[in-house]
Amino acid sequence: MSYIGEITGGIKSLLMGMSVTGKYFLINFFTRRDVITEQYPDNINTLKMFDRFRGEVVMWHNENNEHRCTGCSACERACPNGTIEILWKKVVNPETGKGRRAIDKHIYHLGMCTMCGLCIEACPTNAIEWGQEYHHPTYDRTKLTKVLNKPGSKLMQGTKE
Amino acid sequence: MITLSIFSNIHQWLLGVLPDESTVHVVELITIALVYLALFALTGLFLVYAERRIAGFFQLRLGPNRVGPFGLFQTLADALKLVSKELTGTVKADKFLYHLAPYFVIISALVTLSIIPFSQEIQVFDIDIGIFFFAAVSSLGVIGIFLAGWSSNNKYSLIGGMRTGLQMVSYELSIGMAIVTIVLLSGTLQMSQIIEAQRHTWNIFQGHISSLIAFMVIMIASTAETNRTPFDLVEAESELGAGFHTEYSGMNFAYFFLAEFINMFISATIIVVLFFGGWLSPFGITDGIPFMGAFWFILKVAFIIFLFMWFRWTFPRLRIDQVLKLEWKYLLPINIVNVVFMAFLVWMGLTL
Repeated sequence: MSYIGEITGGIKSLLMGMSVTGKYFLINFFTRRDVITEQYPDNINTLKMFDRFRGEVVMWHNENNEHRCTGCSACERACPNGTIEILWKKVVNPETGKGRRAIDKHIYHLGMCTMCGLCIEACPTNAIEWGQEYHHPTYDRTKLTKVLNKPGSKLMQGTKE
Repeated sequence: MITLSIFSNIHQWLLGVLPDESTVHVVELITIALVYLALFALTGLFLVYAERRIAGFFQLRLGPNRVGPFGLFQTLADALKLVSKELTGTVKADKFLYHLAPYFVIISALVTLSIIPFSQEIQVFDIDIGIFFFAAVSSLGVIGIFLAGWSSNNKYSLIGGMRTGLQMVSYELSIGMAIVTIVLLSGTLQMSQIIEAQRHTWNIFQGHISSLIAFMVIMIASTAETNRTPFDLVEAESELGAGFHTEYSGMNFAYFFLAEFINMFISATIIVVLFFGGWLSPFGITDGIPFMGAFWFILKVAFIIFLFMWFRWTFPRLRIDQVLKLEWKYLLPINIVNVVFMAFLVWMGLTL
């Protein structure tokens, strides 16, 4: 009897599989509801990448143009191929008159970046994070070298060093 | 021969132009051959496009939609690329057989086309052993695939070719038995008469459960016979590169590819003729209107081809031992019992 049972069971499972795929076919053939294809060059202005997409490394700034980067250069040391360079400057605290090192330029060579994410893991103050911008082509290679801290930005008050 | 009135006009005109009747015959045959070649090259291209498009919808994609309206010219562009490509080959290949093999496959596919009744009038070769002719000629294709696997001098090609031999020889048996079941019901081998016998009821309803079993068997066996996905271990990409046509490029590869899709079309037409009444309209609703036969025929064939594609994008590939087990332990015994059952039904006059 198991012979007949195998045949009917087989047919039943095949039909079940076909009903699942057939449902998806009908839905997508008539409405394109579940189609996940992005028609890239056409929707270049509206296409938003998902939150976990690794497009580029960006530095977070608040509305007062303040960032959290203390210039500890942990990211520079963590980077496996020298994508990140950090330039220093000296700022003088007007109240105490003491000089203190602070970040001048956080230079990021996008053209060399492998999107490994080690710099973001290494950052002790969560100053840098992933950006979702995916459209990077330029006609000039030097444009891929970016300065992440915005001009005139300062260290946010209360950031632990 | 084609018996449409427009063709008899051409026949009369040719009789007036050319010296004798035998020349007219040869000219007509060559013309029909060329028309069929062109038509089925286009059919093959369209089927490849349809396959890719339908695969897209099954997999939540869009499929080719860039070249031409709805991407219709995509496969034409692909074919042009293949034509322009160099014909490469292995150094130690058996050159003669290597170049012969694709023609075996494509010619056996094209010869089978001649017996297909597109409508009451459009059929090139209404031979009285039509369905037997189909079974005989379609078996030739396996020689081509076998030669390709052997002569390429490549171990993957050889394994692919050997698997083809196993699979196609096995499943031909099932197709033959399913055809025998329907021949018992119709009482004739001629394609036009098999269709004519279904004028009041299609064969799939005439033979009750027996026809249904034969239909399921022939659907499975045809999928195996055309080497489509649940049974595509001939060219199992993950194991064998591309199987028997690993070493082929350019037009030689295109012949194999085209033959696969034409074979699928032929399998679908045979199923439509045997079970769904060929060019007959359902309940005879369009009997008086000309050319509706071809319309219904193409519609039914398209549905069967869609079923094949549905199988392809649903079921995972079988192992070689599972393929042989399915044929020899399940399909064949069921088929033999089914033939006896159908003979009993016909003998007792229980058919509809």
